[in-house]
Amino acid sequence: MSVRPRQNYNGVVAAAPVTIPYERYSIHAAHWWIGRALRALADLARLKPADIDGFSVSSFTVGPDTAIGLTQHFGLSPRFLDHVPLGGASGVVALRRAARAVQAGDADMIACVAADTNHVDSFRRTLSTFSRFAQDAVYPYGSGGPNASFALITRAYMDRFGATREDFGRICVAQRDNALAFPHALMKKPLTLAEYMDARAISDPIHLFDCVMPCAGAEAFLVCTEERARDLGLPFVRILSTIERHNAFMDDPIQFRGGWVVDLDAFYGHAGVKPDDVDLLQTYDDYPVISMMQIEDLGFCKKGEAASFVRAHDLTFRGDFPHNTSGGQLSVGQAGAAGGYLGLVEAMRQLCGEAGANQVRDAEIALVSGFGMINYDRGLASGAAIIARA
Amino acid sequence: MASSSFSSADLLRFASAVASGDVRVIDLTQTLTPEFPVIVLPPEFGQAAPFRMEEISRYDERGPGWYWNNFTLSEHTGTHFDAPIHWITGRDLPEASVDTIAPRRFVAPACVIDVSKQCAEDPDFTLSVDHVLDWEARHGRIPAGAWVLLRTDWSKLPSRAYANMKDDGAHTPGPGAEVMKWLIEARDVHGFGTETIGTDHGQATHFNPPHPAHHYIHGAGKYGLQCLCNLDLLPPTGAVIISAPLKIKQGSGSPLRVLALVADGDRE
Amino acid sequence: MTEPLVKPKRKDPLKRTRLPLSPQGARSRTALGLVAAAAEGRFALQVCDQCAKIVYPPRDACPACFAPAPPFRDVPPEGALLATTTIRTSTDTYYRERMPWRVGTIRLDCGPSIVAHIHGDVSDGDRVRMSLHLDRSGQAVAFALPLTETPAMADDPQLREMTCDPKFRRALVTDGRTAVGQAAAKALSDAGASIVFVGLADEWKPFPGDAALRAIPNVEIVPLDVTNSESVGDLAADIGGRVDIIVNTAEHVRPGGLMARRGLVVAREEMEIRYFGLMRLAQSFGPILRMRGADGVNSATAIVNFLFVHALANLPEFGAYSATEAACLSATHSLRSELRPGGVKCINIFHGPLETEWFQTVPPPKVAPSALGKAAVDALRRGLEDVFVGDIAQDIRARAAANPKALEREL
Repeated sequence: MSVRPRQNYNGVVAAAPVTIPYERYSIHAAHWWIGRALRALADLARLKPADIDGFSVSSFTVGPDTAIGLTQHFGLSPRFLDHVPLGGASGVVALRRAARAVQAGDADMIACVAADTNHVDSFRRTLSTFSRFAQDAVYPYGSGGPNASFALITRAYMDRFGATREDFGRICVAQRDNALAFPHALMKKPLTLAEYMDARAISDPIHLFDCVMPCAGAEAFLVCTEERARDLGLPFVRILSTIERHNAFMDDPIQFRGGWVVDLDAFYGHAGVKPDDVDLLQTYDDYPVISMMQIEDLGFCKKGEAASFVRAHDLTFRGDFPHNTSGGQLSVGQAGAAGGYLGLVEAMRQLCGEAGANQVRDAEIALVSGFGMINYDRGLASGAAIIARA
Repeated sequence: MASSSFSSADLLRFASAVASGDVRVIDLTQTLTPEFPVIVLPPEFGQAAPFRMEEISRYDERGPGWYWNNFTLSEHTGTHFDAPIHWITGRDLPEASVDTIAPRRFVAPACVIDVSKQCAEDPDFTLSVDHVLDWEARHGRIPAGAWVLLRTDWSKLPSRAYANMKDDGAHTPGPGAEVMKWLIEARDVHGFGTETIGTDHGQATHFNPPHPAHHYIHGAGKYGLQCLCNLDLLPPTGAVIISAPLKIKQGSGSPLRVLALVADGDRE
Repeated sequence: MTEPLVKPKRKDPLKRTRLPLSPQGARSRTALGLVAAAAEGRFALQVCDQCAKIVYPPRDACPACFAPAPPFRDVPPEGALLATTTIRTSTDTYYRERMPWRVGTIRLDCGPSIVAHIHGDVSDGDRVRMSLHLDRSGQAVAFALPLTETPAMADDPQLREMTCDPKFRRALVTDGRTAVGQAAAKALSDAGASIVFVGLADEWKPFPGDAALRAIPNVEIVPLDVTNSESVGDLAADIGGRVDIIVNTAEHVRPGGLMARRGLVVAREEMEIRYFGLMRLAQSFGPILRMRGADGVNSATAIVNFLFVHALANLPEFGAYSATEAACLSATHSLRSELRPGGVKCINIFHGPLETEWFQTVPPPKVAPSALGKAAVDALRRGLEDVFVGDIAQDIRARAAANPKALEREL
């Protein structure tokens, strides 16, 4: 069967990366955080609400509202409206949908926003009602939340490929190093490998520093034509290729790979680049084992070799394999669905030369990967984007 | 009435004697409790319901200012009165149910026959005509219209010994067939009262006729009292019994308060 | 290997009795299909009736062919334990006080992967046998057990959360006069109950088996008449705080339908002993049991009822009695719901005619009282909710499920 050719994203850009600094707990609603992100975008691009004709939102805590209710809340009258409840894959998926809408002329200026609040008890509530399968078949089993689910995946991965806690620790320690230079990171205390190893067990083999810290925050960007971005004087990046694939390998008894593998050749082929050409990688790091899977499944090494890969490379923003350059969720914090935007927004800053103290030198091409929604025993959503300096 | 020599002054004198204690009122009634044994018939027969009580309210949300109960029991539970209609031999008699018996029949003198010593030795003690004649030799002839109350001290026994059920039936004292027939025909008694669960002997199923106390008493339109207590506080003769059952339509019997009046002037 | 339980010390009177908490009990309607299997100790998952795909977690359509609502069927319970984790922190109040807690992923031989509670005697890579249990919320959960019995297997703390094991618990058998009551007392004593209180009404009435009953180790005779509210209340006041399991053996089997009975005397007795008896036990003991649902090794754990299986479909020969039993069955469902906040189970043991006097004229097969005693202990040990003992009970249950109207005519 012939594969239909995919169109490129020429002429469409992602612009104006925005991060609203995270807070451990917030007394504000998700709406407040979304509003702050919209205001930051508007300030950068000198937009009024009426100028935004497309709106894409990702949030777990905006209920009972959905995207449509938010249009009235924020005085928007968009002709493109999207709700992307894909957790860690939200950023990549919001980007590719918005890009196609702009490319097709369905919208001119799309605000993509991910935001969540974190009240004192909201994490527990989110866990117990996260999905029907979580409610029916996960939460009643010890109620360990994602820590327990990823502990099982991590344990199986370690058994299968011989990865050790030290290997995961390298990822976490490097990201903490990155976070020390990132002004908005919540984790500001240096972390040594020894401290990582000595941390208390949360759900064996997951220990304290393998876990992200739930918090409140927002991430956002704009999608528009390159021409419009230039007119407004916005920092922007080009979009070379994107993929998404959900519920791949459903017959694997336990997850050890994700949907990227299915579309990998098309992904790089479309971008016209190879893994070697990638200057920085932003993986979705809800747990270090997932970052390892992405390093493998996105072709940076063979399956099962991520452990030796991370042993052989310096993963800091100064290193030979810059990875999660702002510190990732592990050190910045996980602001709900904003965690699915964090890597993309950081990659945009890097390619626009706006990463400040964390700036990777000569960053031309970035790969951003998303992974999300542990519905039952595994993450279902996966996606990735290759973006380039304009 | 015109020929009566009993005046209201006499009645008032009686009342003040009760009030002063010159006439003592002795309660012959067992307290109604759920635990008090009831007659047990073979299980395929209908059974008398024991006493049961359910609180309606007790100064609580079911009734904030008052305490009261519902209770259930059979006509033949606890200290109770047997009407003639209770037994097949009395079924066609007039004034045979508790609601139709003339009220004056609820007040009558009593002769108390003490066989407690014999019963202490033999739970199967059976009252005979000779026993009664022996009693009459000491206390005089039983007058017509008097209760005969059999003092066995059975009411003082704990419930297991009181019911005294074995695999061949209950072993409790009571009258034989001959004496019952004789008390009715030769002495025209008002009725027969016992401390045991029934007016009949524990083994009376095997008597001829079976259950002779019930058979003869009720066949003659007379009454029964059972589950009495405090008979040891009564004189052999001279006590007057007040035993008014509840006025139950077509009732075969009724739990009741049985009171004995004893004049202190009889003492010593 | 599981540490055998040690008999709990007497309670420290200065310590507060912890209130029972429940694991999350919310489930989708479809997932409740697992409860039916767990209640009877079966291992059932959805099996697509069109493509035979075995499905878990419960779904509303087959993920292989979109056939709607795959039905629940018994499936082979064996599988391999792929990975385990020991959870040490939880956001849930119930689990927080039971940490650490082991769960794992099992690949069933018949297909699906199941996240389940893990018995202490199995570890990663082991072959396991899955079972469905009712947890303290009353909902079904999967549990991975060793393939074969291990020493002190029932003492595993996670498994004991799911079961009502009589070992070191104190039971009350409500009527020692009945053959079933005597059998239950014996079975509970044999199962390691530390005290078996046995109720006797009208102690003045002798009964067969009296001496043998009193000779059963750990039996203590107590006065109890389930037809007497005062008696039930008095006993609860005396020993309510020390009763962890109630086995209601009060019975009153009498033949006859509605018209065959002359009047209501016998029917009232049936209702007094069976229906109101259960209500009295529920009122006097239920609140104490519910409050003591998390009271350590010998926490309050279950009320066991014996029910004539014709509670499900009336047997006119015992028509009035069947109706009383139907009332009791319905009452147990209310009781179940009322006890659930304490994690206390209400176990129903259905039986057909028994080898007892009142079923004398009924042809075999009949169930020996001893079989009911053993069934009660088995149900407690496995934490079951509905048990059908003997061929008649199984038969009626199957026929009632298949076609209740046809069964009505057949009886």
